[in-house]
Amino acid sequence: MRIIVCLKPVPDPKHWNKLKLDPQTRTLVRTGIPGTINPLDRNALEEALRVREALGGEVIVLSMAPPDAQPVLKEALARGADRAVLLSDRVFAGSDTLATAYVLSEAIRTLGDFDLVLCGDETIDGGTAQVSAQLAEFLGVPNLMHVSSVDARPDAPWLVRSQIEHGCMVVEVKPPMVLSVVKAINEPRYVTLMNILQAEGKELAIWSAQDVNLSEPWVGLAGSPTQMADLLTPERKGRAEMLPGSPANQARALADRLHRLGFC
Amino acid sequence: MDFKFSDREELLRKTARDYAEKELPPRMEAMEETGEFPVELLPSMGAMGILGVITAPQYGGIGMGQLARIIVLEELGRVCPAIPMALQVHHMCTYAIGTWGNDEQKAKYLPRLAKGETMGVVAVTEPSGGSDVAGLQTTAKLEGDNYILNGRKCFITNSHTGDIWVVIARTGEGGKGLSAFIVEKDYPGAKTGRKENKVGLRGANTGELAFTNCEVPKENLLGQEGMGMSIAIRDIVECGRPGMTAVALGILNAVCEQAVKFANERSLYGKSISKLQAIQWYLAEIYSDLEISRLLAYRVGWMLDEKIDCAAESALAKQYACEAAARSARKAIEIHGSYGIMKEYPVQRLLRDALVTIPAGGTAEISKLVLARQALAVFGQG
Repeated sequence: MRIIVCLKPVPDPKHWNKLKLDPQTRTLVRTGIPGTINPLDRNALEEALRVREALGGEVIVLSMAPPDAQPVLKEALARGADRAVLLSDRVFAGSDTLATAYVLSEAIRTLGDFDLVLCGDETIDGGTAQVSAQLAEFLGVPNLMHVSSVDARPDAPWLVRSQIEHGCMVVEVKPPMVLSVVKAINEPRYVTLMNILQAEGKELAIWSAQDVNLSEPWVGLAGSPTQMADLLTPERKGRAEMLPGSPANQARALADRLHRLGFC
Repeated sequence: MDFKFSDREELLRKTARDYAEKELPPRMEAMEETGEFPVELLPSMGAMGILGVITAPQYGGIGMGQLARIIVLEELGRVCPAIPMALQVHHMCTYAIGTWGNDEQKAKYLPRLAKGETMGVVAVTEPSGGSDVAGLQTTAKLEGDNYILNGRKCFITNSHTGDIWVVIARTGEGGKGLSAFIVEKDYPGAKTGRKENKVGLRGANTGELAFTNCEVPKENLLGQEGMGMSIAIRDIVECGRPGMTAVALGILNAVCEQAVKFANERSLYGKSISKLQAIQWYLAEIYSDLEISRLLAYRVGWMLDEKIDCAAESALAKQYACEAAARSARKAIEIHGSYGIMKEYPVQRLLRDALVTIPAGGTAEISKLVLARQALAVFGQG
């Protein structure tokens, strides 16, 4: 069983108050903001470890990011991945989701046969939720999103539960496949101190564009069809309204208001 | 000279912080109310490697060393200082057994302590005082295959939560007449006494141990007879004081965070009080104390890992950081105004916690004696 987890280093949410947007380049200024594993990718990695525990095999973490993302991949190794590959090359800079998915898919082909690719449903910085579906398309395998449980069976199709509006669906699917997971799927385990030490002996390979077979020009800013028209910091327009009356009346009025606004 | 933490140390800090932020806050109210340590956390702390961070891997530990230990305790203390208070004494017990124990003693006790089956205790202080180690009165007499212990220990951390006690007792006259023993809580004649009702670090259990003709197998002598003073002092210098420094560092981190948070949120005269110079002086002083304490603490951790003698540096770090924690907490309360003395705000607890660190593990005055001796030795020649 070979499981690949696509993992994105994102700015640590604890430092988001320091984040700025560069109006010239229309990108996020990440200087001085420590990186961390995208939270849902942590759930994806945890699920990969659980499938490995059930069926055996190998978990490989794959990421496309600048070289300073290495500590984030080391954390993934300490969380239990067997090895990590960091795709790092200047030509990758500015890739949109399609270009990112293309490069990741070619890196996965370079790694060889696989049974499962896991991603988080979306990232907390870009938040497009597009990469897993694009990745599945490039790889020519089934894709399920919003996955909340995986029953990886050794000699039968897997049962994958996917959240849909007002419920869920359970799908029988045979590997290989690409799944993207939601937070509810699991509770990631703590990194142990022993795992931190053991991770130091694990392989962290850094691949450049030359290490993967990129036959198409869908790479980097030039190869990305998405063009950013503008980037704005949303204006906060919150307002408070005090509901008068007894607590019971306040609760009733609040429920009524929420209902009218479409929340319940 | 390299002041940068390695990727390993950064990850260690992140790991400890993740654990602390998730596991400790839900338990802190009960700890404050009851004065009890949350023993239900021991298995997970054991599995994480926190309990055995300085214990050798062949005895179930991680063997990461003292700098790693300081980082872990600091991060736990940033959220709940009572936790590292209890753990630092637990570590002192593992350090004493790991350093002076024979193979049988290490194999018997260290895996249990690393796993979190129980907590470790180090018992030196007696009702007559803790600073005068040479004057302690608990006796140990060899009779057949047992040492018979009689006496009382007080202000002992983990007294009611730890089952494995390293006890210093008198086997002869004077300072050279002290010996160290590993005592199990259920040995005949060993019992726990009163629990103390402390003003701060309430979740770290503190109390008395009493020995009435307590039978301790002679194979539980730690090191040799007469080594008790040396074991006690070195355990305090090489483990206890760095541990207390880490507790104070945790408090200083929390103080700094709370002070900045309140100063940014509180508005007076139409602007945040963090814009007021009077408040900025406080913030500058708190921040300086945090950074100075960090440098002192990490230097001691590094020196210990490099096997460099650091009795003076350890005393300096402990004395400075603990007093810095108390004065910084006081300043954070000033920033908060009346809110600072309300129980809803953590700064009042941080001051209470900081006050408890000052006498623990060697009073500030004892540390200053060590520092004065160092100053006289270094600058008094010629």
